[in-house]
Amino acid sequence: MKDTFVIRKYVIIGLIVLAAVALIIKLFIIQVVKDTYRLSADNNVLRYITQYPARGLIYDRNGKLIVFNQAAYDLMVVPVQTGKMDTALFCSDLGITKDVFRERMKTARNYSRRAPSVFLKQISAETYAKFQEKIFMYPGFYVQPRTLRKYSKPVAAHLLGYVSEVDEALIKKDPYYKPGDYIGKLGIEEAYEKDLRGRRGVKIYLVDVYSRIKGSYADGNLDTLAVQGSDIISGINLDLQEYGEHLMQNKTGSIVAIEPKTGEILALVSSPDYDPGLLVGRIRTENFARLQADTIFKPLFNRAFMAKYPPGSTFKPVNGLIALQEKVIVPSTKFNCDHGYLFVACHSHSSPLDLKGAIMNSCNSYFCQTYRRILENPKYGSVSEAYEKWRGYLNEFGFGKKLGSEFVNELPGLVPSSAYFDRYYGKGGWKALTVISMAFGQGEIETTPLQMANYTAAIANRGYYYTPHIVKSIGADHRIDPRFTIRHQISIDSANFEEVILGMEAAVNGGAGATARIAALNGITVCGKTGTAENPFGENHSVFIAFAPKDDPKIAIAVYVENAGFGATYAAPVASLMIEKYLKGEITNKPLEQRMLELNLVDSLKVSETKH
Amino acid sequence: MRRSINIWNGIDKITILLFLVMVIIGWFNIYAAVYNEDHKGILDLSQRYGKQFVWILATFVLAVFVVIIDNRFYLFFAWIIYAILIFLLILLLLFGKEINGAKSWFEFGPLSLQPSEFAKFGTALALASYLNNRRQELTKLKVILPAVAIILLPAILTELQPDLGSTIVFFSFFLVLFREGMSPFVFISGLLMVLLFFLTLLINNLYLEAGLIVIAFFLAWFETRKFKLYLIGFGISILIGAGLYLLDHYLIKSLGNELVLLITLIMSGLAFAYYIYVKKAIAIFFIYLFLLGSILYINSVDYAFNHILEPHQRDRVEIMLGFKTDTHGTGYNVNQSIISIGSGGFKGKGYLQGTQTKFKFVPAQSTDFIFCTVGEEWGFLGSFVVIGLYLFLLLRLVFLAERQRSAFSKIYGYGVISILFTHFFINIGMAIGLLPVIGIPLPFFSYGGSSLWGFTILLFIFLRLDASRTEYLV
Ligand SMILES: [Zn+2]
Repeated sequence: MKDTFVIRKYVIIGLIVLAAVALIIKLFIIQVVKDTYRLSADNNVLRYITQYPARGLIYDRNGKLIVFNQAAYDLMVVPVQTGKMDTALFCSDLGITKDVFRERMKTARNYSRRAPSVFLKQISAETYAKFQEKIFMYPGFYVQPRTLRKYSKPVAAHLLGYVSEVDEALIKKDPYYKPGDYIGKLGIEEAYEKDLRGRRGVKIYLVDVYSRIKGSYADGNLDTLAVQGSDIISGINLDLQEYGEHLMQNKTGSIVAIEPKTGEILALVSSPDYDPGLLVGRIRTENFARLQADTIFKPLFNRAFMAKYPPGSTFKPVNGLIALQEKVIVPSTKFNCDHGYLFVACHSHSSPLDLKGAIMNSCNSYFCQTYRRILENPKYGSVSEAYEKWRGYLNEFGFGKKLGSEFVNELPGLVPSSAYFDRYYGKGGWKALTVISMAFGQGEIETTPLQMANYTAAIANRGYYYTPHIVKSIGADHRIDPRFTIRHQISIDSANFEEVILGMEAAVNGGAGATARIAALNGITVCGKTGTAENPFGENHSVFIAFAPKDDPKIAIAVYVENAGFGATYAAPVASLMIEKYLKGEITNKPLEQRMLELNLVDSLKVSETKH
Repeated sequence: MRRSINIWNGIDKITILLFLVMVIIGWFNIYAAVYNEDHKGILDLSQRYGKQFVWILATFVLAVFVVIIDNRFYLFFAWIIYAILIFLLILLLLFGKEINGAKSWFEFGPLSLQPSEFAKFGTALALASYLNNRRQELTKLKVILPAVAIILLPAILTELQPDLGSTIVFFSFFLVLFREGMSPFVFISGLLMVLLFFLTLLINNLYLEAGLIVIAFFLAWFETRKFKLYLIGFGISILIGAGLYLLDHYLIKSLGNELVLLITLIMSGLAFAYYIYVKKAIAIFFIYLFLLGSILYINSVDYAFNHILEPHQRDRVEIMLGFKTDTHGTGYNVNQSIISIGSGGFKGKGYLQGTQTKFKFVPAQSTDFIFCTVGEEWGFLGSFVVIGLYLFLLLRLVFLAERQRSAFSKIYGYGVISILFTHFFINIGMAIGLLPVIGIPLPFFSYGGSSLWGFTILLFIFLRLDASRTEYLV
């Protein structure tokens, strides 16, 4: 067939050739004719100075500044640009030895001859001022401004986390980071790293052979500006946090306080703790090693969401709730207690008790019988099936799973599955009585203080919770991670919560037999429950959960004081003081406060530890 | 066995050699682009060059597969392949993984696939199959429209992701239509529209329209060569224009200069209509129609831009067209890219000596901006060689396409040429600041499995067809 359009072949060839020629001409212009671009090839002439953005600030819920920045200076070196200089003077200016100088230069050269690397980190402002005047005498060296974290108060170390330099492994993993960058570790600093860090910029300067800056290159048109990190408003109440740490001095344990309506964490104390300022700048490595070496008190260990304890009697309300929802008891159901039930002992109190009385008196017998009814519920085919149903409720409260807070290393705790018992006792080889200790929160079950505080918040809300979180909003536009605005509804009727809350109210404010009267406050109805977590290694841990005020809860709290025995003795007063501090802003029961502050459970521990 | 020997004898070794050279040079450049002193091993699988190596090996296997398949397969299954790829593009809009605001990728565990890279050869096959029996018929509208539809369908689907770069690439298939007989008038109009679009956004509309009118009158003078008549026509327009202007200025006060101009033009048109009708002056008629069309087009572009687009969309268009520089976003990329290429000088800094690269100044340096590494480390010489390789490849492909006996093979060949040419010209043009930033990969050079595989299949189907060019396809 004749091709009438054969001439168009040449049009297309012409087009291709023309395009290639256009590209070559433009390349010839920028690569050979113009020397503006070629200048940048010469690193003796151009210097790229990274503009490190200021890291975002962290505020408390009332706008009080918690974390801010201070200036620091890194001395940088570009090995190929170094030349003849007075090394002795240089070393004495910086206060380093010649050996250190040689070693640092070697490291820098090994890293890269052309790229700048840090010669000396975080030199002081005075050294910087002195050095800056003579910098022209030291070709190849220049000073890079950085920022370091500073804390308005030496508190909340566990919540805030710290900032350190990126390591090799991380640079490999995330191409954003370059050697010398800082990155947040743990707490808010890690969880909100992407928001806090901002974005690096780069300024290009023309420098002469003596390393003196001659001006910005290409009128600064090729520079990129650093973008400052977003500020963060946390949900923490700084005063409450500080007070909590104060109360927990000389004790081991943990406090978690949550605002029930939002899930915002008001205070999170893990004791013993440390001054966050210890992990800033050049002293960080040394201090970190020291803190890590303390294996007795483990100050770096965040008990609030990494320590697992049995919940003890604070678990009774949830069993009451499940029993009501499953209709195996009604609030007026009474059970006898003759100093115990079968092989489980109980203390002396009036008998029989209804649900409210049982929570108020913390009766073991009542809850053993209630728990039997839950597990032997004829509605289900087997104990194991009923047990799984019960376990389902616990999961709804956030037990036995990670809550999903910002803390990456939050532990899930443990609510064993029926399969776990099947493995131990064989399928069908276990009954309600086998696992009866879970009726009063002992046995295999493990929870973290964060989970307990969340559980308390769910009771305070009469059946729902928001995932506990530390941050209220991010940046100028007040963003919040949407996962913290999801309401987790628990499938237990709010009427049942009211019944259990009556018991918790009576435990604090009731008459004879009330177990937590020490936590009562004037003018505020506190609802609470004591607990004693069994500790196979020593004295039991004192536990208390509470929320207040009863009808419009503003705070839900869980307190653990390790090795302090019965829940009412230490944990309940601490919780009560925290609630009063938060709701009233002042403490009315000064003697109680004094007693708690003076209480020292650490020295005796030290003695017993050294004995071992 | 005899058959595969035949294929080997018939296949174009020069193209294969060019392909191999490009892939290998590309790989070494990716190594240089992501080079860091801790991972010196070029086969380090945690790094992009290591992964690219795996993709290169896979692409060789793919190439062999494409070549051993019977050549008739591609003709018979052209439509099915096209349909499957269109279906994938639709699925992508529903289930694709959103990266940087665009749904361009399917993710299967560690592997990501970009279907638009594969839709290119699918479209080339479909177009070739459609035009196979309609060779010299592209002057007829009923033949042109389905061909345009074949091209627009994947183009629209990719724009919905949105992926402007790939969309523009699909438009390069019009070059195939041109070769097959579509009127150049369509292209000239198209180019004029693009040009007018830029000019509308770039300069004051009144000046632009005045300029067009002057050109129109100049053309009209050129056409009639009757001075008296020309002067009368010119006078009529001036009178109408001046009258309307004064009327608006003193009485109506709400028309605005642009509307005055448009009404003047329409009214003058009515006056000229008599002359055109009597003298059968078709040329004058077309000149007039073209002028009126252009001015309406300018007004609508202007309106759409200023009234329909949101301010942030306007910003994006302006930055994309290079009217505004955005030193943080795309503007920054181009600046950095030109600096690193420019800093290469005549001879380049030498392999792995690129300093711009090491500081990560140019983003996407292993993908869309891979040419930076060539320019910086190999200088003008290296850039010249790479452009030369492309030129050689494209001209070789034109030669191969022209020697086909089967229309299907020839048209497919031009499809391959159009795609490779567009990628080559836009990608390098963008990196050196000759064209606006349109993020598309440089064939066989850029990092990425999907684009490498897509281009390999595209090219090797053609080589397969060429290998049996002596056979007649049914
Ligand atoms: Zn009892």
